Amino acid sequence: MPGFKAGIFMNHKKSKNFTAGAVLTGVMLLFVLAGAVWTPYDPEAMDKTAKLAGVSLSHLMGCDNFGRDIFSRVLKGSGTTLLVAAGTVGIGTVCGIFIGALTGYFGGLVDEVFMRINDVLFAFPSVLLGLVVISLLGSGNFNVVIALGIAFVPSFARIVRGEFIRCKNMDYVRSARLAGAGHLRVMFVHILPNITTVLLSSVMIGFNNAVLAEAGMSYLGIGTQPPHASLGRMLSDAQTYLFSSPGYALFPGLALIWMVLGFSLLAEGLKEN
Amino acid sequence: MKTKAIRRFLLTLVCTALTIALSGCAGDKAGGTTSRISIGIPQDIEDSLDPHKAVAAGTEEILFNLYEGLVKPDSEGNMVDALAESHTVEEEGKVYTFRLRDGVKFHDGSLVTAEDVKYSLERCADTSSGDPLVPAFSAIESVEITDENTVRVTLKEPDNEFLAYMDAAIIPASNDSPETNPIGTGPYKYVSRSPQENFVIEKFDDYWGTPANIDEITLKVIANSDTIVTSLNGGAIDMFVRVSQSMTEQLSDDYNVLEGTMNLVQAMYLNNAKAPFDDVRVRQALCYAVDVQEIMDIISDGKGTQLGSSMFPAFGKYYMEELNDLYPADPEKAKELLAEAGYPDGFSFKLTVPSNYQQHVDTAQVIAEQLKRIGVTAEIELIEWESWLSQVYADRDFEATVVGLDASSLTAPALLSRFVSDAGKNFVNFESEAYDAAYAGASTSTDETEKTAYYKECERILAEEAANVYIQDLPCFVALNKKYTGYEFYPLYVQDLAKLKLADGQE
Amino acid sequence: MKYFLKKTAGLLATLLAVSFLVFAAFAVIPGDPATAMLGTEATPARVEALREELGLNAPLLVRYLRWIGDFLRGDFGNSYRYNMSVMSMIGDKLPVTLTLTAISFVLIVVISIPLGVACARYAGGMLDHAIVVANQIIMAVPAFFSGILITLVFGLILHLFVPGGYVSWQQDRLAFLGYMIFPSIAIALPKSAMAVKLLRTSILSEMKLDYVRTAYSRGNGTRAVLYRHVLRNALIPVITFLGMALADMVAGSIIVEQVFNIPGLGRILLTSISNRDYPVVQAIIVCIAFLVIAVNFLVDLLYKAVDPRITLD
Repeated sequence: MPGFKAGIFMNHKKSKNFTAGAVLTGVMLLFVLAGAVWTPYDPEAMDKTAKLAGVSLSHLMGCDNFGRDIFSRVLKGSGTTLLVAAGTVGIGTVCGIFIGALTGYFGGLVDEVFMRINDVLFAFPSVLLGLVVISLLGSGNFNVVIALGIAFVPSFARIVRGEFIRCKNMDYVRSARLAGAGHLRVMFVHILPNITTVLLSSVMIGFNNAVLAEAGMSYLGIGTQPPHASLGRMLSDAQTYLFSSPGYALFPGLALIWMVLGFSLLAEGLKEN
Repeated sequence: MKTKAIRRFLLTLVCTALTIALSGCAGDKAGGTTSRISIGIPQDIEDSLDPHKAVAAGTEEILFNLYEGLVKPDSEGNMVDALAESHTVEEEGKVYTFRLRDGVKFHDGSLVTAEDVKYSLERCADTSSGDPLVPAFSAIESVEITDENTVRVTLKEPDNEFLAYMDAAIIPASNDSPETNPIGTGPYKYVSRSPQENFVIEKFDDYWGTPANIDEITLKVIANSDTIVTSLNGGAIDMFVRVSQSMTEQLSDDYNVLEGTMNLVQAMYLNNAKAPFDDVRVRQALCYAVDVQEIMDIISDGKGTQLGSSMFPAFGKYYMEELNDLYPADPEKAKELLAEAGYPDGFSFKLTVPSNYQQHVDTAQVIAEQLKRIGVTAEIELIEWESWLSQVYADRDFEATVVGLDASSLTAPALLSRFVSDAGKNFVNFESEAYDAAYAGASTSTDETEKTAYYKECERILAEEAANVYIQDLPCFVALNKKYTGYEFYPLYVQDLAKLKLADGQE
Repeated sequence: MKYFLKKTAGLLATLLAVSFLVFAAFAVIPGDPATAMLGTEATPARVEALREELGLNAPLLVRYLRWIGDFLRGDFGNSYRYNMSVMSMIGDKLPVTLTLTAISFVLIVVISIPLGVACARYAGGMLDHAIVVANQIIMAVPAFFSGILITLVFGLILHLFVPGGYVSWQQDRLAFLGYMIFPSIAIALPKSAMAVKLLRTSILSEMKLDYVRTAYSRGNGTRAVLYRHVLRNALIPVITFLGMALADMVAGSIIVEQVFNIPGLGRILLTSISNRDYPVVQAIIVCIAFLVIAVNFLVDLLYKAVDPRITLD
């Protein structure tokens, strides 16, 4: 009993999450910014004498199979990955919240129609979607954001909808309505803040999936094209060398985990405060 | 009441588990002394199993074990008699007469007759589906059965190289569905397939020639190239053809790595009709800028065979090594040529590469890096193989691409015919009157040395005109478990599985 | 009754829409089955002949109506590539994907619900801290990466399974199930982590609400409040998530299929898209759409079962 209460009203943890998240994210952003203006090596320059070189003072994270400096590529690639993943998750969340809120809150025909559209999208394979996007918009780095963003909408919409269904009958919503708040105000000012917890977890998973999906899409001609670097691209290229040069996969992987962890801790901390 | 239900449920569960376990055991017992091998393949044999309609190289190399023609290539690339016991060539290659081997059986047990041979050859030459199934067969005038054991093929024009095409598979005229029910005469016969999973063949006991050694072969689809090494090391497969240099370094001690060549012309193929590649100086500049040795060093530790034209060494008499030296790596010279052509500051172009071929993607990356030295930017664009086929190959809508072109038969036209100005397969839009003349000269010539000279002239023109930036014939690594031996490399895209056998002391 | 009628109508409309979209998508993207099948042997004449043979020259709408007609008669058509009936291809591969999904789903439920409740109950304690940290990390690890790690540890080091040594269910059911366990773990891990997190936070925020105070004031113990009152409400987001996870696994287990070399529905779908083998793609997507809708329908029913205040209309 006391443990339970303490668990609910704990204060000491908030700052910890926030601080850890802020530090991780801050350092990451610093590196990304640094990578945009300067890297120790040209991230695309090849060196046949340094193929799959191990970690050393001259190559902090070793080299890949073309003898390219992994540290420089991680610096450069993190920026690309950050942009693509943030864009994708951004589109997914904004559209998802909008659709989910409308359908969950109002229900009825709107709900039925939107959710069926949602189902259609959900069943539609992202590879096919990617191909359609290329043929309509042409290939290009940032079209991947559109393709993936669309692919991510249904899952966000479902979660938000579920939450709105749960919340719309709660007392605080009713009292807000009685106090004269309009539907939009109730939806976005009263309910939305209450479901951030659930949303955050999905955003985090979504972020991670987006990074990998971006690499997956590059074989269609959208997303990062070789020789340019992105974390997802590096991770998938590194799979072949997992046993002989584990560092090749390890460092981009760690960078990715760092990024995701930083954001989620930060978000958690922010919410708790 | 409740406990009774639970007990009954448990009983059923145990019984089911036992049945499953027992049926599993029974399956094991059946295969006591049969020898088996599992071979990984990168793509499913998802083509037609009809030997005349299958076009994917990955399918054809396996069907080689199921089907045979009147003649078939040996591991040196010579055409040796197969279903024919002997053959004669008359009138400078206008009339080919084949005497059929006695008592050869199809997989369904029926005997191969002259009618089957005539049926098969005419099926390949049939033009009702647009072009003949075997394009070279448009040269056939007639196929006649002269007696029950002899078939005579007459051509419209003499062609003393035509024997190379007579490896077209002989199939029984009685089979209505060769697409799904493959019946041939090869050392192995078809057992079953499961899409994207496996393709199973077994030894054909009534084979006319040297029988196969291994009883059952399962070709397992390993669609994700990143799992090849784990599948080999974990023992799920025993062999994989065409692993990369980096994979070989990660194999366990259970494996031998055999090295051969892929027998293809890897090049950066340029769309000769599109600016700036319509200017020979630009094409030559690219040739000077690309350092083939460096590509080989980076991609496969220096292994590979440099090429200077559309011909690779397996062709022996046609291959011209001297063309490799035409464009030594020389960025300065390249810049001069670019300046002459009006591009002193370089230019940028799109390099389209099929994403399923890692070697080509890797090569393209090195090329892009090398071209930076002369101020040329190559933006790589990956594309699915099927999109490549329609956009680049069929519609010719591209600027440059890195791929490898192989030869469907061991004849010079297999590699050279596509560069004739109006050829249907001339996807690079190469146009040269001199080339067309030389190629026509080779086709009409009936003299062996004269023909070879014409073909060499073709190769020289391709190199001098810098039709494409020629790179290499890729090295081919085969990973084979030490339990097996007998793998043989062919100069063509085939896998002769009948030669595989258990190593000494294995059973 | 009216509700079910409405749902069925919705289902049919969705299936129609999705099948038409797939048709339209194939009309837009480059490449067609004929050039894909003929490969580098393609000549304009042969491509044309093959297109005619496959019936690809008819206008889009005609082809679509033709397909619908066959479909309604229960004929899914034949694969262009395999010359096999699409029905038998799907019949062969669907059990693979469904088994994988079922095992993973059971794992997720079995792992996440007790853990989530335990975390919330002892929030702030050692167990909670440990699980929260582990959760954060598991969620941040990419799916294929954990798949590779599992292959490495359980396959190559501990030899508990043969990596890539998939056995089909027709061949040996037990070995098939045995092989499916590790891929299922790879699928279940990140999803369980998320479910634990959801459940934990959901329970904790429910505990702050007024009705909990009321329940306590009536003299209920923590156990009773938690299991009788809070859990019901707290399960809603988890049910949404589980439903989605289920749909997600049916529709997109392709990454894990690739890592463990499992020839499931995902791989057939992917290669058929590449080969432009429309009949197969059509049928698989319609099949997946059906399953997704069915799952979503179940989720809606569950909402109502868990919280009777929710109305279905």
